[in-house]
Amino acid sequence: MRYGRAPEVLKDINLSLAPGSFHFLTGASGAGKSSLLKLIYLAHRPSRGLIHLFNQDVSTLERAALPKLRRRIGVVFQEFSLLDHLSAFDNVALPLRIAGMRPDDYRKDVAELLEWVGLGRRMLAMPPTLSGGEKQRLAIARAVVVRPEILIADEPTGNVDPDMSLRLLRLFVEMNRLGATVLIASHDQTLVRQSGMPVLHLTDGRLVRAQPERVSPQE
Amino acid sequence: MAANEARTRGDPQDDAWMDWRPAPLLPTQDGRDRALTFVVAALCFLACMSVFAMLASGRAASGWRRELGASATVQVRPKAGETGSEAAARAAEALAGVPGVQEAQALDRAAAEKLLEPWLGKGNIPDDLPIPHLVTVELDPAHPANAAALTAALDAEGLDATVDDHSRWMKDVEASGAAVRGIGSIGALLVAAAAGAVIAFATRAGLAARRDVVEVLHLSGARDRFIAGLFQRRFAFLAARAGGYGALAAVVLAALARSLGGSNGFTPALPLAWTDLVAAVPCPLAAALVAAVAARRTAMSILGQTT
Ligand SMILES: Nc1ncnc2c1ncn2[C@@H]1O[C@H](COP(=O)(O)OP(=O)(O)O)[C@@H](O)[C@H]1O
Ligand SMILES: [Mg+2]
Repeated sequence: MRYGRAPEVLKDINLSLAPGSFHFLTGASGAGKSSLLKLIYLAHRPSRGLIHLFNQDVSTLERAALPKLRRRIGVVFQEFSLLDHLSAFDNVALPLRIAGMRPDDYRKDVAELLEWVGLGRRMLAMPPTLSGGEKQRLAIARAVVVRPEILIADEPTGNVDPDMSLRLLRLFVEMNRLGATVLIASHDQTLVRQSGMPVLHLTDGRLVRAQPERVSPQE
Repeated sequence: MAANEARTRGDPQDDAWMDWRPAPLLPTQDGRDRALTFVVAALCFLACMSVFAMLASGRAASGWRRELGASATVQVRPKAGETGSEAAARAAEALAGVPGVQEAQALDRAAAEKLLEPWLGKGNIPDDLPIPHLVTVELDPAHPANAAALTAALDAEGLDATVDDHSRWMKDVEASGAAVRGIGSIGALLVAAAAGAVIAFATRAGLAARRDVVEVLHLSGARDRFIAGLFQRRFAFLAARAGGYGALAAVVLAALARSLGGSNGFTPALPLAWTDLVAAVPCPLAAALVAAVAARRTAMSILGQTT
């Protein structure tokens, strides 16, 4: 994986996530965590190598086949990527609308989910009026609303206090318990350690499997 | 009610969600949309005006055609031993018997002089000026006699005469009518093409300005046609409204001209009928259609180029 003519950011990655597993992805800033996640959530194509998702090679898949797969993947983007002109409610409802569902079929689910991430009183608020932590929770709600088979989060606890981090972690664990394969990029060592989940560590464009305790502190 | 029930069950405390309706996924861009509305409205105005002009000129042409086709003029050259008036009278009589002729009348010298007055001036016509001896023939508009039949009747009476059934003028009227229709159609096509181009341009700009929105939609599993559909609907509605404004302005202006022009329309050359104004009704629909096609095609082609 490389950007333009720059040197490869990721090389010789050999990663396979078992269905229903839960992993953290760690690594120094710039190590390529986001790049690896983008390959998995089908935002980027690898410059070489193979990616298998849902038992098919997606590295050379034609464009028209991507939307169907993307709907089975929930993503919490590092920069949230909320739509600022839409209310919190509309942002969460977005993937359901795209999937072609009718408002009456998901209105209540969306409301409950917003309640669950602590935005019950800010349902019709616009993202620019939300705090960093609230945006983060909103982005998470949007990622999980479709009950994705794969749930990917890029630094999902970067903007929240430790208490909220734990609450959000529980949300991810709950999604995992419901069957989602979860991969979370994070440099929050405390959270990673608290979770007790297996860790994938990125250095020099290579991946190392590790237990939380063995990962050296960064930055 | 349902809201209270939801509250007691410990569901979301805020009832806002119960009335929630999906918001438009594309943000409106007031300044840009206003400019676009103005351009499309102006184009629709022009299109309506040219359609009105086409209808009016078509009506004028058919009026002239009817008048020209319903009459013929015969010029009689007296033979030796016969005055011009006698020859003309004989011709009129012969022509009156031809089927398809309603009336044939010899123009006497006074009437012929009257025709020349505009060119020569009243009282300036010398008595000995040779004036052509004319017979005006009114034809049955439903089954007009043709020039050949008239000539045959005159020949049978041994008259030396030339028949002018106005077919030369008819051809000119028809040709100019066809020209007006042709120019009008080309104008309408150009206006439609211009509207399509403006919408395509706006779609291109909208896709570029909303790259972030488009990316989120894509990564959330939206197909190109879902995204193209957003632009298609947005611009179709905008064009329909703008088309309405343009058509309304054209109708108001034409109605004003029509009522100022008295019972015969705003000029004798372009007699517009009140019913012609109905032609503006499909304009908003046509604008919406053009905009929808242009927006969809543009969006699909741009989105298809990305990987
Ligand atoms: N869009 C991009 N264009 C060019 N280079 C990029 C782009 N995104 C990331 N990079 C580069 O790729 C490397 C890995 O970045 P990233 O995957 O964001 O790392 P991390 O998420 O671990 O901080 C960095 O050197 C970064 O500068
Ligand atoms: Mg990153």
